Amino acid sequence: MMNMDAITSLPSNQCIKIFIQRDFSEGTAVKFQNKFPPELRGKVEESQFQSTINTINEIYGEAESLSMRTYCESCFACLTAYLAYLCMDTYYEKCLKKVKRYIEDQNKTIYVPHGIMLVDPVERGLRTLEVCLLNEANHR
Amino acid sequence: MSGRGNSYSVPVVPVTTDPIPVRIESLKNKSNMTKTVRKYEVFPGKNKFYCNGRIMMAKQSGIFYLTCSLIVVTTGLFFGFDCVYLAVHVTPAIPAIGAVLFIFVMSTLFRTSFSDPGVIPRSTPDEAAEIEKQVEVPNTNSPGTYRPPPRTREVVVKGQVIKLKYCFTCKIFRPPRASHCSLCDNCVERFDHHCPWVGNCVGKRNYRYFYLFILSLSVLCIYIFACVLTHLILRAQQDNFLNALKSSPASIVEAVICFFSVWSIIGLAGFHTYLATSEQTTNEDIKGSFTSKRGQDNFNPYSKGSIIKNCMTVLCGPTVPSLLDRRGYVVP
Repeated sequence: MMNMDAITSLPSNQCIKIFIQRDFSEGTAVKFQNKFPPELRGKVEESQFQSTINTINEIYGEAESLSMRTYCESCFACLTAYLAYLCMDTYYEKCLKKVKRYIEDQNKTIYVPHGIMLVDPVERGLRTLEVCLLNEANHR
Repeated sequence: MSGRGNSYSVPVVPVTTDPIPVRIESLKNKSNMTKTVRKYEVFPGKNKFYCNGRIMMAKQSGIFYLTCSLIVVTTGLFFGFDCVYLAVHVTPAIPAIGAVLFIFVMSTLFRTSFSDPGVIPRSTPDEAAEIEKQVEVPNTNSPGTYRPPPRTREVVVKGQVIKLKYCFTCKIFRPPRASHCSLCDNCVERFDHHCPWVGNCVGKRNYRYFYLFILSLSVLCIYIFACVLTHLILRAQQDNFLNALKSSPASIVEAVICFFSVWSIIGLAGFHTYLATSEQTTNEDIKGSFTSKRGQDNFNPYSKGSIIKNCMTVLCGPTVPSLLDRRGYVVP
């Protein structure tokens, strides 16, 4: 009998999960609250966690900004009757890939050694940033 | 034996490397085949998917085919009858401009109808449980009764208090400006309205295509109407008007279709121009969310301040990719 938990890279449903919610104080742009959750106290430093969240928010901020690059990209796509979108990745998609790489790197170097795993918000529909406590069983 | 006789038998043990995990173990009972299911096949909303999940539309899309046929038939008649005459007697630029307009109209129509309008994926069971847990804590005095999770949460967006509503279907607190479409059974970000003419919801991801569609369609309508009139008048100069109509009956059909549809299309284009410049959705405008009637301090926190900035944000702002991952595989 194969143990599914051993082969999937996602943690099982047995661990405690903390959900970092979206911060809507500046509008509907993607941004997560950087309040330090009390369950992480003692596992990781507050400043480290906040720095991770701030960096993630910065990348999302870049993606959502109305810069010259976004403007030119949209105008160019419009001129090709939006057929250009069939062949190229938008700047937003590139930023999302950057977030994914950043989170993977942070997990590998900082969080997983302390028994924590961050889930890329894109896997949760950009609703929330899930933080899994890997070593603790969920006594529900 | 010397020399090459250095042969030693290495026991060959077959090494099973199985890099591809068994996807659905429960189906082992049915057969020993692995079955891969794409996420669009198990999508909880009422949308219909085509082309292996690449195209996403509402359940009832009959009127969309009507829209398509009207545009294609009218433009077809235009190219077949009026352009033939006008290209020769006026300028060949007329069919060229017509072709460019037609391609733009169809492209924006297909983009509006086939793309994900900004559907918010439903919450995972853990998230839903977490929200329920947040409610149970204050309810310790009545453990037997079940109270549904709180319906609203208040946030302050740029100084304006906005109530976030809880969606019982999707089990999430809807972000600001999102709304649940009952026809598609999804929460959609920056929900504008559900348009039966395009067979899809209009939301954050496809609003600009919808706007450009109705704008270009009104231009196309007026263009065809003007060309038809020019054609008939030119013919009437050589002959009388009745004979001109008899020689080109298709022009009458086009003129009628254009005349009756242009008013509503221009009206809609004007209305959406107003919405885009004030950074509002149809939903917010109808509810009067940001009018001064609701209170002196009521204002639209999403507006960028100026008409040009609002337009640029709506039309040239960043495009979020679809959050649904329709063609991804379901991992049990």
